Amino acid sequence: MAALDAQATADAKAPVLLRTQGLTRRFGGLTAVDSVDFALPEGEIRALIGPNGAGKTTFVSLLSGRIRPSAGRVEFDGRDVTQLKAHARVARGIAYTFQITSIFKAMSARENVMLAAQRRLTQGLLGPSEERLRAEADAALARVGLGSRADEPAGALSYGHQRLLEVAMGLGLAPRLLILDEPTQGLSDEEIAAFIDLVRDIARQSTVLLIEHNMQVVMGLADRITVLDRGAILAEGPPDAIRADEAVQRAYLGG
Amino acid sequence: MSGVLALLGGPRSAALHLGLIAVLAVLQFVLAEYHHIAMSRILVLACFAIGFNIAFGYTGLLSLGHALFFGAGMYGAGLAAQFLAVAGPGAFLIGLAAAIATTLIAGAIALRTAGVSFMIVTLMFAQAGYLTVYYFGAYTRGDEGFVVDATMRTLFGLALNDATVRYWIALALFAVCLVGALAVARSGLGRVLVAIRENEERARMLGYDVYRYKLTALVISGAMAGAAGAAYGLLFGYVGASFASIQYSILPLLWVLMGGAGVVLGPFLGTLAMFYLIDLTSGVTTAYLLVVGLALIALILFFPKGILGTLREKLGARGASWLP
Amino acid sequence: MDFGPFFLLAAMEGAVGAAVLAVTALGLSLVFGVMRVVNVAHGEFYMLGAVIAWWVTSLLGVHPALGFLAALIVSPLIVGAIAGAAERLVLTRIHYDPEATIVATIGMLYIIQQAVLMTYGPDARPVQPPFDFRIQLPWFGYSGYKLFVILAAALLMLAVWWGLTRTRVGLMMRATQFDRETARAFAIPVDTVYGGVFAVGAMLAALGAVLVTPIQQAHYLMGHDPLLLSFIVVIIGGLGSLRGTVLAAVIIGMSDGIISVFFSPTLAKIIATLAVAFVLVWRPQGLFGERPA
Ligand SMILES: Nc1ncnc2c1ncn2[C@@H]1O[C@H](COP(=O)(O)OP(=O)(O)OP(=O)(O)O)[C@@H](O)[C@H]1O
Ligand SMILES: [Mg+2]
Repeated sequence: MAALDAQATADAKAPVLLRTQGLTRRFGGLTAVDSVDFALPEGEIRALIGPNGAGKTTFVSLLSGRIRPSAGRVEFDGRDVTQLKAHARVARGIAYTFQITSIFKAMSARENVMLAAQRRLTQGLLGPSEERLRAEADAALARVGLGSRADEPAGALSYGHQRLLEVAMGLGLAPRLLILDEPTQGLSDEEIAAFIDLVRDIARQSTVLLIEHNMQVVMGLADRITVLDRGAILAEGPPDAIRADEAVQRAYLGG
Repeated sequence: MSGVLALLGGPRSAALHLGLIAVLAVLQFVLAEYHHIAMSRILVLACFAIGFNIAFGYTGLLSLGHALFFGAGMYGAGLAAQFLAVAGPGAFLIGLAAAIATTLIAGAIALRTAGVSFMIVTLMFAQAGYLTVYYFGAYTRGDEGFVVDATMRTLFGLALNDATVRYWIALALFAVCLVGALAVARSGLGRVLVAIRENEERARMLGYDVYRYKLTALVISGAMAGAAGAAYGLLFGYVGASFASIQYSILPLLWVLMGGAGVVLGPFLGTLAMFYLIDLTSGVTTAYLLVVGLALIALILFFPKGILGTLREKLGARGASWLP
Repeated sequence: MDFGPFFLLAAMEGAVGAAVLAVTALGLSLVFGVMRVVNVAHGEFYMLGAVIAWWVTSLLGVHPALGFLAALIVSPLIVGAIAGAAERLVLTRIHYDPEATIVATIGMLYIIQQAVLMTYGPDARPVQPPFDFRIQLPWFGYSGYKLFVILAAALLMLAVWWGLTRTRVGLMMRATQFDRETARAFAIPVDTVYGGVFAVGAMLAALGAVLVTPIQQAHYLMGHDPLLLSFIVVIIGGLGSLRGTVLAAVIIGMSDGIISVFFSPTLAKIIATLAVAFVLVWRPQGLFGERPA
């Protein structure tokens, strides 16, 4: 653990984009997120891992404002956003892609992404032109590899493609922090390889917080890894250190 | 010019909707007297339905209280004409303002709920409005209603009890509402409203202030309902409590369901079809509400997308239909 | 009359109204609680109950007590059968979708109401009370039948409570209410339970109406007020909570009776409807419900 902490101070040079203090969420008797202190420097790809039910989705939902915390605070870009509603946090630059695919099934893939870009490009009452929106949407779709599917109804896409559409919607928001909740679920091996390249590309403009069970993806992408177990941070550090950490192994292997 | 075309949903859609307005303009020289009067009523009531469609069809807000907004427009205009001696256009604007204010207040509260609760809250608000009409019976004359004085029913010197004038005004109002609905449906606003209907949580997580968008949709909807109510009172000269009753919350729902929810032309078609359906069956039974009940159940069971909704599915096999 | 006795009279009238309302609203609450749908046609089942009661008593033409007893049995059975059939024919096919169900039951409302208008006509018709004695109080005489209504309503509610908590059928209903899918997994015939609950809900409305017909005449539009009041009661009592429903029925029924006597009945109704809207907005669990965690 001492080695991990030393590493943490060495890396913490970039300004912190997101910070939580004592962040807690209870569901009845269950404490899904338990007093978490967390900091994410700008520009990093951070992986958030942990066993099923560890509280990962709940934690990032607290960041994005989808659910309210029972206690604690969230700071984004140096400002307290704990009281901000979800939509206002998105406007500040926190984007969330759902673990359980959530898209507009009856609309075309392009319109799904246009909706993401539209709010960002709307100033006051004046929206962007349709041409501009289309161009933005098509670019985002092309980046995730769905360029040829733009006209298909989102609901008709395969499960893996719907996951990619979620990512494209995240891109359409041009966020400062992109939270991806198990994005590779249901993707084929080639698609996963392409996805790893995509996230590296995204990370040049955005900070990425990635929840992922696929260790190949985690180890291939993450600058640092945070391990969550039973709502609390069990370990944090670079991939190699996490791989070697005994407590992490115990949590995963159920020791 | 291309901007206007885009607003109307492209050349085919523009041709269809502007064509309908043109046909209706010509039609009045052909129609027999009975149908001429009927059509003026249908056009005004279709505005009510078009407004309802913005909330229900596009945004997915099933209100059971639109009679409140229709009634606010009607009583706003009628009472202004009767007691403040405000003639035609002024009375209409007062009615419109009353409807907008009412929608803003009722909507801001009701939209804190969703689904079935929203339906009941709107129903209760409308019921309270209906009872208020009775409570102030000294002015409204309750059930019996009142006839708006003919001297107040003028528009720039034209008498509103003239059938031709009435038809033109009804058509003008209809054209404004239809084109307005088309513009909403085809604009960025319309896209967000449909997104909220399809998946509210997702829309929120794209950064849209869902509450504000819903309220906007409801106010546009209530304004059209109120405009219809005000025009109805002024054009046909009668204001009564039955126009604020639950029935007038159910009727626009029926019209929209029948014509096709979420289709711009649906409300007009539904209003027209329902009017003549009741007209046809009136030979068999005078209990026209029976027809209303049967139609509601038949639509929900067998035809939930309505006439144009079903047609649109056939037209645009992959969700990219041109019919807005 | 002095204020004291006058108030007593108003309170007694309120209690009779509350008793009938409790029975009627219980039906609506049961349907909402188990099936999670709102039955807008509930008031028409009430009206149908009253009209059939008139029909049974006048058709039999026997002693009022016998006729009333027959109506008390026949009317709920017919109404229950009609409701059950409507549930099978319509609600099962829209899979109890909450919004579609409201639209469909609005349709039922108009169909039942207009069918009665076309057959029974627009007149209001009385049913003779089963017995005819007055209780003489120091200040005024009071109908014994009205007191009987209160008693009968109380007995009915006890019976419902017993049925729900002490019988197998009641257990199935509560299991279905608790969790539809789990109930299905435990081989509870959820569809049958739904059909049954919808019928029983309508029967309770009919029973309330039969009790009322000797006091109030049967008329094709009489379902309107009970529907609205039942809505109010069920919402204020907490959607789906039977105990809350009965409690709210007593409060609303009593205050409606009293306010109507002393103030304008229209004002009383305006206040009540607005109260419901505000309860739904700010305390959706009802006034007597616990806020869920
Ligand atoms: N809305 C809710 N109500 C009650 N309990 C909840 C709710 N959401 C989550 N939980 C509980 O909180 C705990 C954490 O859930 P969460 O979804 O955050 O886990 P996770 O780490 O994302 O799991 P997975 O890897 O399976 O996605 C679980 O025990 C879950 O059952
Ligand atoms: Mg999760």
